[in-house]
Amino acid sequence: MAMVARRVHFKTVLQRPYVTYALRRILTFIAVIWVAASINFFLPRLASGRDPIRSRLGQQAASGGSITGIQELVDAYSEKFGLNEPLYKQYLRYLWDVVTFDLGFSIASYPARVADLIQVALPWTIVLLFTATIFSFVLGTLVGAYLGWQNRKKQVDYLFMPLLTLSAVPYYVLGLILVYFFAFRTTAFPLTGGYDIGSRPEWTFEFALDALHHSVLPALSIVLVQLGSWALGMRGMMVMTEGEDYMSYAEARGVSPRTIFLRYGARNAMLPQVTALALSLGTIASQAVLVEVVFGYPGIGTLLYRSITGVDYFLIYGIVLLVVFSIALVTLILDLIYPLLDPRIIYSR
Amino acid sequence: MTIAAPRARKPQSRFTRSVAFAKHNPKLVVGVFLLGLLIAIGFLGPYLIDATDAAPMSVRPDQSPNSEVWLGSDSQGRSLLALLVKGIPLTLQVGFLAGGIGLAIGTILGLISGYVGGVTDTLIRSAADVMLTVPGLLVLIVIASSIDGFVQIEIIALVVASLAWMWPTRTIRSQVLSMRSRPYVEMAKLNGLNTFQIIVRELIPNLLPFLAASFVGAVGAAVLATIGIEALGLGPQDAPSLGMTIYWSIYYSSLLRGLWWWWATPVAAIVVLFVSLFLIASALDEIANPRLRKVGT
Repeated sequence: MAMVARRVHFKTVLQRPYVTYALRRILTFIAVIWVAASINFFLPRLASGRDPIRSRLGQQAASGGSITGIQELVDAYSEKFGLNEPLYKQYLRYLWDVVTFDLGFSIASYPARVADLIQVALPWTIVLLFTATIFSFVLGTLVGAYLGWQNRKKQVDYLFMPLLTLSAVPYYVLGLILVYFFAFRTTAFPLTGGYDIGSRPEWTFEFALDALHHSVLPALSIVLVQLGSWALGMRGMMVMTEGEDYMSYAEARGVSPRTIFLRYGARNAMLPQVTALALSLGTIASQAVLVEVVFGYPGIGTLLYRSITGVDYFLIYGIVLLVVFSIALVTLILDLIYPLLDPRIIYSR
Repeated sequence: MTIAAPRARKPQSRFTRSVAFAKHNPKLVVGVFLLGLLIAIGFLGPYLIDATDAAPMSVRPDQSPNSEVWLGSDSQGRSLLALLVKGIPLTLQVGFLAGGIGLAIGTILGLISGYVGGVTDTLIRSAADVMLTVPGLLVLIVIASSIDGFVQIEIIALVVASLAWMWPTRTIRSQVLSMRSRPYVEMAKLNGLNTFQIIVRELIPNLLPFLAASFVGAVGAAVLATIGIEALGLGPQDAPSLGMTIYWSIYYSSLLRGLWWWWATPVAAIVVLFVSLFLIASALDEIANPRLRKVGT
């Protein structure tokens, strides 16, 4: 069946099936957060027995990390987690902390709180990922749709192989290649960092320009790879759509090829493409972490890397929880919007 | 007017048919060739060069590619060529193991979920969807950093497999759903076959193309996750795998020091690996769903 009548089906939202669907999705959202938080809680305790905090701090001190105030840290946490309390009480306390966004203190940078450290790094990552993903999704879908059209110029087919190669490569691998050719061989772009060493982040135009300059290569390595995979996906969808009966019918009725392409083909091929976007958010986030590490970009990814090398458990867990939360949130939003484009989705689950 | 009898076709030899198949599926041929190249490096390499050069302090460090060390050496005295020879089989092993386990679990769950339906289906489906939303690499990071001591490569494979089952479950389930109401399944039921027999005798043979495509996809995802974990430094530190080589090359700032061969070698191997897996998966997709062939190459 073709969804050609109306562009966005606003009236769907007001009806009962949509409300049931929305409730189901919100429930799944809560479930995801709960599962991730629980993994974060139980895993360290399973791995090292009764008192994870003391053993971690002990490890940290033994490996020569420079921590001041270690006793205060242990005391603060013992009180917070109530380590003398039974496990289920600790668990409930932990869940409450998660709900109120209290992610605790960072071990390596005590007395900085995990939330503070994340707050500094988060905007960089959001800006980079958000713009790169949206840009490549839109452009990739357009290119892919065009590649799937019967009346396209045949020369465009030469794009197919490069796009395929690009889409198969992990982001950070492309990042390494880009840095070598554009930042090392030629100095058109900076090697690492989000901004020039020596300048401090502030809201001035020069700084914004500098930050932009530094973000071109990381953004490119994300965009080029994603472009390839979105384009390929959209092309596949277009091909599947073209086999549908309503396409032949429209052609038989004499609808112009352009209209068939846009309003009958592309519009319906878009739907699985948006689903694919929602499903691939997790992968994109994971890969972006590595990209940031390769470029030394001051976002969540580098923060995570530093916390891994510095064995800063609370920071690791905090970041992972945050990322899971964001992805689940975006997926939820996409899922709630999706029925506006294709109301059938409400019934299929 | 007489109608000519159809001329008997010359029976085609296996070779002719294979050539025709190859011409029809160029992606498969190229993909298998590239993968075969990598496998050859990994399994034939030890006979051609000295693979123990992959250990640190085997050759003079920081050499660019020359007649002695064909692909150069890193700062710890490992020969890059030996690293390739040792690392590719490691990566492939982990990928195939984790991908295989993930596919097996995913297929079983997908078959049960799709065919039996009902509450079981809802449970399995919801579990798969929830796990899909969670970014796998990050869970891996949590697990890997929580384990005290070094992580062996088998543990990584198991952990990766435990996160690789979701996508095959979804694919197989949707296929089974469409196959459930097909005539041959009805016939099998009328013939008195029970659920298990139907699954094994009717469903699985028809699922083989999808299983093959999912397997290659699962292997690709497993390799991606493994290399990602290793590149972050959470893998077994003494293993000469591709991911660890990348980790060391970043750690020792090979980019800034102009030691391009250090990162370029594993990168080239990884690119070839992923492109070959992608081509094979794409070709298998086309075999499973011939409509995809219509446009393009």
